[in-house]
Amino acid sequence: MTNETPAGDGAEEILAVNDITVTYRRPGRSLLTAVDGVSLSLRRSEVLGLVGESGCGKSTTARAVCGLEPLTSGSVLFNGEPVSPLSMKRRPKHLLGIQMVFQNPYASLNPRRRIGSQIEDGLGLNRQRDAWNVNELLEKVGLHPSDRDKYPHQFSGGQRQRIAIARAIGTGPDLLIGDEPIASLDASLQQRVAALMRDLAIQAGSGLLFISHDLAIVRTIADRVAVMNRGIIEEEGPVDTVWRHPTSAYARRLLAAIPVADGLGKLPGLPTRRQN
Amino acid sequence: MSLEQGLTRPRFRLPATLRNPMAVVGASIILLWILVAAVISHIWPVDPLAQNFDRLLPPGAAHWFGTDQLGRDVLSRTLAGSQTSLPLSLLLVVCAMILGGSLGAIAGYFGKAIDETIMRIADLVFAFPTIILAMVIAAALGPSLTNAVIAMLIVSWPSYARVMRSLVIGARGSEYVIAGRLMGSGAFTSLWRDILPNVLAPLLVLATLDVGTAILLLSGLSFLGLGAVPPTPDWGAMVSDGVQQFSSWWIAVFPGLAILSVVLAFNFLGDAWRDSLDPRTADAVQGRAI
Amino acid sequence: MAGINASAAPATVSPGLSIRGLRLEIRNGKSIKTILKGIDVEVPAGRITGLAGESGSGKTMTAMAVCGLLPDGSVTSGDAIFEGQNLLDLSPRRMNALRGRKISMIFQDPTASLHPMISIGGQLTDHMRHHMKYGKAEAHHRAVELLTMVEVPRPEEALRKFPHQFSGGQLQRIAIAIALACNPSVLLADEPTTALDVTVQAGVLRLLRRLCDDLGIAILLVTHDLGVMSALADTIAVMRNGEVVETGNRFQVITSPKHPYTKALIDALPTHEAIMVDDDDE
Repeated sequence: MTNETPAGDGAEEILAVNDITVTYRRPGRSLLTAVDGVSLSLRRSEVLGLVGESGCGKSTTARAVCGLEPLTSGSVLFNGEPVSPLSMKRRPKHLLGIQMVFQNPYASLNPRRRIGSQIEDGLGLNRQRDAWNVNELLEKVGLHPSDRDKYPHQFSGGQRQRIAIARAIGTGPDLLIGDEPIASLDASLQQRVAALMRDLAIQAGSGLLFISHDLAIVRTIADRVAVMNRGIIEEEGPVDTVWRHPTSAYARRLLAAIPVADGLGKLPGLPTRRQN
Repeated sequence: MSLEQGLTRPRFRLPATLRNPMAVVGASIILLWILVAAVISHIWPVDPLAQNFDRLLPPGAAHWFGTDQLGRDVLSRTLAGSQTSLPLSLLLVVCAMILGGSLGAIAGYFGKAIDETIMRIADLVFAFPTIILAMVIAAALGPSLTNAVIAMLIVSWPSYARVMRSLVIGARGSEYVIAGRLMGSGAFTSLWRDILPNVLAPLLVLATLDVGTAILLLSGLSFLGLGAVPPTPDWGAMVSDGVQQFSSWWIAVFPGLAILSVVLAFNFLGDAWRDSLDPRTADAVQGRAI
Repeated sequence: MAGINASAAPATVSPGLSIRGLRLEIRNGKSIKTILKGIDVEVPAGRITGLAGESGSGKTMTAMAVCGLLPDGSVTSGDAIFEGQNLLDLSPRRMNALRGRKISMIFQDPTASLHPMISIGGQLTDHMRHHMKYGKAEAHHRAVELLTMVEVPRPEEALRKFPHQFSGGQLQRIAIAIALACNPSVLLADEPTTALDVTVQAGVLRLLRRLCDDLGIAILLVTHDLGVMSALADTIAVMRNGEVVETGNRFQVITSPKHPYTKALIDALPTHEAIMVDDDDE
C-alpha cells in the first residue's frame, strides 16, 4: 500500500547511527556484546523496520539510539548532534524530538493520571503550539474525546498502546521509535496499530524506527528494513527487495520460518535445520 | 424530566475512602477517641490521678474497669491516657513516614553515593535494638515526652526509607517513567508525578500498622522513665503496670483494648485509603506486596 | 445435531475427545459470568484440531474445562466424552489420575510449567514413576527415549541439567516430552509456540505434527495465530465470545471463511497478499 512512496531523496537525514557497539559486563561471566557495530540512517517521513528474533540486540539498539543504553563505541547523531545518555539531569532540548513507544501497553502510561493530562504533557513539547489538541489526537487514534478523563486501566491493551502513540505524536517528534509496540497486542490488532503508527508519523513529518520480531507486519508499513541477528545487521534494503529476494542466509531462514495462513498445511522452516 | 433532574442533581458524596464499611468503622473509632482525648477525658468526673484505699478492685459498679495497685480508677486513666498516647504516636508515625519516605525516595531515585550514604546511616540505626537505641537517645536528650518522640523518630525512619527505596527502584525503570523523562521532565517532577503516586500505597499501609508499634514503643520509654513522667496516665505505661499485677487482669486489659482499637481502626482506614488512592478499583494486590 | 456429528465422524467410538454443548459459568458472589455458551468440538485421534480466536474468546477456558483446571466458582455443563466417560462429571480425584496420564497439556510458557529447582531428569522420571509405577532404571531409560524423540540434543546430559540451562525452544520440547511421558491419548496444547521465535517455532510445529502422525495422539491446538493454525491444524474451530462461530477443515476456513468474524480475522493478517491491495478492514 505505502511501500511505493520512498522518502524523497532530498529529505533531510534525521538519524545517523555510526558503527555502535553496546557491551554488557555480566557479573562473574564474560562480556556480552549485545550490539556489535550497527549503522543505520533514517530520513524524515521514512519508516525503517528493524527486525530480528529475541536476544538479537534490536531493542538494545533502539534504547541506545534514545540514549537509554551507554555506547561502548560508535556514535548516534540526531539532527547532526550527538545523543547524550539520559542522566539525572533534565533531557537537553534538542533531544526532546526523539520519542519512544514501548512494548508493554500496561506499563507505558502512568496508572494514576488521567490520559488527557498525560497527552497534554506531550503537547507541551510541540514547537507548533496549536498543531494538535488532545481531542483531535484521541480521535486520530480512534478514541473518543470524552475518554480524556479516564485512567489507563479503563482501556484495553490496544487502546492504551494507541494512547501512548497519541502522546508521542503530540510532541511533534522528529524521530519516533517503536520498541516492539505491537508485540503484546491481539493478532487482529497488530496490523492496525502498526499502520496507525506509520500514518501518524508520516503525517507529522517524523521518521519512524519500528522495532519488531514480526517481519510480516514490518513489511506492510516500512520503507526499508534491516534484519538483525546476534548484534549485527545481516541485511538491509528496501522492504520488498528483502522480502522477495533476501540475500543473507539468516534473512532467508527467518522468512522461511514464517507460517503462512494459506490453508495448505505447509509446515514452515527448513526441514533439516534444528535450533539450539 | 423531573426524574432525570432528580438523578443527575449533584448530591453530597462521601469521600471515596469512606465508602467502605470497614473504613467507616475505623473512622468512627478514631473520631470517638479524638472526642475522648479532646473533651470527655477533661470533663470526666473521676480524677485519673486520685488514689484511694480500694486497691486492685475488680470491675464493678463503683469502678467499671476496676482500680490499679495504687487504687486509681482504670476507666478514667484509660480515657485520660488517650491524651498522651494518641497525638504523640500519630505525630511520630507521620513524621517518620515523611522523613523516611523522602530519604528513601531520594536514595532510590538518585542511587550511587546518595543512596549509599542514606542507606548506610539507616543500616547503622538498624544495627541496634530499637528500644535500646531509643533509650540511649532519650536519655542523652533528657527525659521528656518531646525528647522521647525525637528519639523514636530517629529509630523508626529507616524502615520507611528501606521500603520506599525498594519501591522507587522498582518503579524507576518503568516505561511510563522513562517516557516522562524522554518528554523532558526533570528528576523531581518525575519522582513527584510519576513515581510517588504509584508507590505510596504500601508505605501508607506500613504507617497504619506502625501506629500500634509507636504506642508500645512510647510506653516502653515511659516505663523506663524516659517518656511520660509517672503519674501521667499513658496506655503503654498502664499495660506495663498491669503485667506486673498478674492476677489483676483488668489493669492491663483495658488500656490494651484501647491500643488494639486504635491500631485496628488505623488498619481499616489505611486499607480503604490505599484502595481509594488507586484508580484501578479492584486492585488490591499492590498494597499487599510488603 | 446428531446428524452432523454422525456425518463428521464414523459411527465407531473414536479414541479421541468429543466436546458437546460445553457451557461454563463462573460465579463470584452474586455475579455470574458466562464464559462458554455451548461449545461443540470433535478432537479425533491422529488429527490436530485447532481452536482459534482472540484473547477473551474462551479458547483457553475450553481446554481448561476439559482437563478440570478451572478457577473457583466455575460451573460446567455439557459433555466432554473421553473413552466413554464424561470428563466433566469425574470427581477431582479421578480427574487427577487421568490428567497428565491419558490427557496431558503443554502451555505457552515452558519456564512456568517446569520447576526451576528440580533437574529435567527428576521432573521427567517423577512423573512416570507416579503415574505409571515405573522403576528407577525403567523410568530413566524411558526419559532418554522421550528426549530423543523430541530431539533434545545429548539426552543423557540434558537429564542432569536444570530448566535455566536451556533455551525457550528446548524447554518447550522438554515440556512436550513430559506431556508425552505416559503415552497420552489426548494432548491439549495451549499457545505452544507463542512465546518462541519464528525459527524455533518452525521446529516445534514440525515436532507436533510428527508426534500426531506417528503416535496417533488427538491434539487440541489452542492458538490465536492463524499462520500456525494453517500450518498445523487439520480442522479449525473459530471461537468468539464463548461460542464457536465456524468449524471446518483447514483449507476451507482459511481460504473461504463463511462467518464474517473469521473473514475479518483473516483479513487482518499482514502476510495475506489481499491486504496489500484492499486495506479497508472495518
